[in-house]
Amino acid sequence: MALVLSEDQQLLKDAARNFCQQNSPIAVLRRLRDEKNPRGYDEAIWKQMLELGWTGMAVPEAYGGFEFGYAGLGIVLEETGRTLVSSPLIASTLLSSTLVTIAGNEEQKTKLLPALVAGEILMCVALDERAQHQPQNIASTAQKEGDLYIINAEKTFVLDGHIADKLIVVARTSGAQTDRDGISLFLVDSSAEGVTITRTIMVDSRNSARVELSDVRVPREALLGEEGQGYAALEQVLDIARIGIAAEMLGSIESVFAAILEYLKQREQFGVLIGSFQALQHRAAIMYSEIELCRSVIRAAVNSLDDPECSVDERAKYASLAKAKLSEVFELVSNEGVQMHGGIGMTDEFDIGFYLKRARVAQQFLGDACFHRDRYATLNQF
Amino acid sequence: MTALQEFRDSTRAWLEENCPPSMRTAMVPEEIVWGGRNAEFVNPESRLWLERMAAKGWTCPTWPAEYGGGGLSKDEAIILSQELARINARPALTSFGISMLGPVLLEYGSHEQKMEHIPKIVRGEIRWCQGYSEPGSGSDLASLKTRAELVGNHYVINGSKVWTSYADKADWIFCLVRTDFEVPKHAGISFILFDMASEGVSTKPIQLISGSSPFCETFFDDVRVPAGNLVGQLNDGWTIAKRLLQHERTMISSFGLASGQSDRGGTTSTVASVEGAAMHYRGDSGRLSDPVLRDRIAQFKIDSEAFALTSQRSVEESRLAQGPNATSSMLKYYGCELNKRRYELLLQAMGSQSLGWEGEGFEADELQVTREWLRSKANSIEGGTSEVQLNIVAKRVLGLPDMLGMVQKK
Repeated sequence: MALVLSEDQQLLKDAARNFCQQNSPIAVLRRLRDEKNPRGYDEAIWKQMLELGWTGMAVPEAYGGFEFGYAGLGIVLEETGRTLVSSPLIASTLLSSTLVTIAGNEEQKTKLLPALVAGEILMCVALDERAQHQPQNIASTAQKEGDLYIINAEKTFVLDGHIADKLIVVARTSGAQTDRDGISLFLVDSSAEGVTITRTIMVDSRNSARVELSDVRVPREALLGEEGQGYAALEQVLDIARIGIAAEMLGSIESVFAAILEYLKQREQFGVLIGSFQALQHRAAIMYSEIELCRSVIRAAVNSLDDPECSVDERAKYASLAKAKLSEVFELVSNEGVQMHGGIGMTDEFDIGFYLKRARVAQQFLGDACFHRDRYATLNQF
Repeated sequence: MTALQEFRDSTRAWLEENCPPSMRTAMVPEEIVWGGRNAEFVNPESRLWLERMAAKGWTCPTWPAEYGGGGLSKDEAIILSQELARINARPALTSFGISMLGPVLLEYGSHEQKMEHIPKIVRGEIRWCQGYSEPGSGSDLASLKTRAELVGNHYVINGSKVWTSYADKADWIFCLVRTDFEVPKHAGISFILFDMASEGVSTKPIQLISGSSPFCETFFDDVRVPAGNLVGQLNDGWTIAKRLLQHERTMISSFGLASGQSDRGGTTSTVASVEGAAMHYRGDSGRLSDPVLRDRIAQFKIDSEAFALTSQRSVEESRLAQGPNATSSMLKYYGCELNKRRYELLLQAMGSQSLGWEGEGFEADELQVTREWLRSKANSIEGGTSEVQLNIVAKRVLGLPDMLGMVQKK
């Protein structure tokens, strides 16, 4: 598998980078935060992202997409991470479109995918129920009653929950609370009776919500995939999304490290540039080494997404490898980013704090380093 | 059929015919072929394998055919290595001539020097050792004091080297000597080659914390070396020295690469992988019962996999450029630290069974782990310490200002 970008991938990367730097610099996130923007993203910029085709890259042509592959989406996310772009690209495209593509039936795909690609609807996945990511630990229930399912659920840390038109709710139709079997996926309108969505303001200034479903009645057609067999598709999609998020984290890490290097080369103390201090040089060199490892991991993981020879299990290993490693390194680099900038790194005026805040949320999202090391061990049979 | 496909087919056929059966089994340390005037072949098929590979120049596949190398393109060399790996073939020849001297001699040596030395490296006829470190010059290598003075058309060499691997077994040495004491230290060093059988050369083995070792002290007492054995320009040896160190680092960083793989002394060994050992010595099956150790091993394996991918990426990227680049320092640093981590984890995994020194009560592979654990401590010292590698990364890769350099110039 190639670990260097192909020419097409490089072109896409350059274009995405230019777009993010020019149209969605970090000042946009700062503005959204300061004005307490109710939607949490800039609709004009999102419209431009739609025009660039980013929502359709991984979607089959038959459903309005461009079939450029998931790798393309990973590459774009690496660039949006660089300037901390807040947009529905993760919840609607990376998670929801992928889940509909993989688990949906013909009718659901025909109905939903073109609308998602065109940005006519926004969606989200309501999965987590606790403070930690435990995708198999599902207490939410869906009871069958005649032709209907009655869903009761309490979900937290739902990305874009409060702006989504439709939710994909993970609920249990049978089995014990931590069984793989018995987990089902449901399409639920956010306006349906019994759905309560509360926005939660997170430290990274991105969207998140709590979602409660109280006796929400949905028809059989709302079932995404087979009843009780939703977990396999969900896990596959989570792995794709974990790799996408890890790619986004790489972009952010590289941004912080570039800022660190710049500062080490311009800040003077004791009459010399602080970058000449060996105590800082070695820490910078160690960070560089770790980031080089991250780059290789991301190239391998992103390219595995479209590799027909890569099995679901192998991709799971790449996903946990990537999410574990990038989570550790983002923690390291975001902390050093503040420390090496000294006092100015603690000020809100300076951007580095945005990355520190984003780092922790990204680390938790879809499983932190501990979760993925545990999973990696299990996948490797120990 | 493409030319490369044809090359693959003919290579496969040739290997099928010419690689002896015992050369398709895992290498054992006693049977590594180092070549040289006094080459030992514990296994007679090793000699046959070396002769056949050397005749095609495939001990050094990409070196020019004009000097006895294989003359293969990078793509062909990759195919050859893939086909060798396919049949699990052992390396026909292992030598510092191949991994260190040859590449710089091809880059900086004169035509005559190449004609004299390269074919003998390819055929394993001469075994080389490296005369770099001195008792007073470790990390600060450029402060070396071994002197070479021109008398007529010979250099007369006086001084001593340390950590000379296999000096007692080597036929020739590539050596850093000071040819000018009046200039800043980097500017007065030359790179010279000479026969270890020359009068005035003596060696003394060094015993390490792990027991016996290949390292020696090497002494030069009025050793006369023909002036034509100086490689490159007089007093420009530091350029060659640094280049050679890049090749050395690439070689040493492969230890880290190997440390991520579970094959170690055959897959049947209980210590073949850290996680396997951890479960074996705890009587676990299916899942490692110690959650803390399990997490640490997972973290180690993740870093190993990430490092292996990085080495692979570095190879892919260097195909676009020529030779090793500054990332060799990063790979050396990380690979060596990784290997040390591996052995510390292996000790935790095996408990007191990893701490035997000799005699009854321990299996052979357990005693080997003890020695290898101790030996691994040298990984981050030899070929430039981890601290020196980090200095190089900071300065050459990250472009950070060089306060140390100001001190070094003095």
